[in-house]
Amino acid sequence: MTWTSIFIAGFITYLTRMGMITLIDKDVFNENFRKILNYVPSVVFPSIIFPGILLDDFGTLVAITDPKIYGALTAIIVGLFSRNVILTIISGLISYWFIIFFL
Amino acid sequence: MLSKFQIFKLGLFDVAPHLLSVVPFGIIFGAIGIELGFDPIMTYATSLIIFGGASQIVFLQLLSGGASSLIAITSVGVINSRHLLYGAVLSEYLNKLSLIKKLFISYFIVDQGFAVSNIYFKKNKEQNFNHYHLLGSGITLWICWQISTIIGIFLGSIVPETLGLKFAIPLTFIAIIINELRKLDHLMVMIISGLAATFFYNAPFKSYILISPLIGLFAAYLILKFKK
Repeated sequence: MTWTSIFIAGFITYLTRMGMITLIDKDVFNENFRKILNYVPSVVFPSIIFPGILLDDFGTLVAITDPKIYGALTAIIVGLFSRNVILTIISGLISYWFIIFFL
Repeated sequence: MLSKFQIFKLGLFDVAPHLLSVVPFGIIFGAIGIELGFDPIMTYATSLIIFGGASQIVFLQLLSGGASSLIAITSVGVINSRHLLYGAVLSEYLNKLSLIKKLFISYFIVDQGFAVSNIYFKKNKEQNFNHYHLLGSGITLWICWQISTIIGIFLGSIVPETLGLKFAIPLTFIAIIINELRKLDHLMVMIISGLAATFFYNAPFKSYILISPLIGLFAAYLILKFKK
């Protein structure tokens, strides 16, 4: 089942890549639709970020003192200043590890 | 007039700085795939077949969390819908190519390759063989993504579980959208989607991953209307 899902997901991804180049007339998307598409990353990724930080493995809210919250805040601050993808991830992980292993 | 190979090399060199983020991201993805409990071949297959970094992480994370295949596949489609925008822009420069070439090049269209090749296309509208630039950037990214995934798969199988590498998933996505955080409209939409996802997290089949983006997009629509 998982293999079938991988192939279907791959096919759909490929369709998003080639669709506008080969099949669809690019004018089919009006300006408003394009503007809405610009928000896709801003609606999809927070839908993974928030539960990933605020909920535990059982889907219940974590305490305000949870190391993940501090790790995420560190990553946001470092990311805003550095604008560097890898530095953002590493700083979040290091602060998370620091809290769970040393505090 | 530059030769095909020279233009291909330009694509390779232009995209090279982006490898600094693509390679570690690929390693993180490979390691996360193993951490989530998928076997190495399946984890690698997503890099070969889907070839879309963030969507691969979401796909494996949802499946490992008990989401239905339909939800996982739809999420991949939603995340990768941004390629439609890239295609709309690139079609202007690729419209003279044969269908076979278009179908081949399409597979290599990714964020970073689109970014650098689109700049090249704008500056060199009269140049022949421009598509070799997109091939140069795309194939370079593809090779690095495949290799870095394999390295990550290897590292993932030796990294101890106590490190909690799964936390790298939200961190990776924070890094991806960090620049959008500076824009007030995007920030509002992010908070609405994120809180909606947290609220609907226990909805059946992990459908929160589709419900919350829809709520976020509706908020974006209202913001756009309000801006007018």
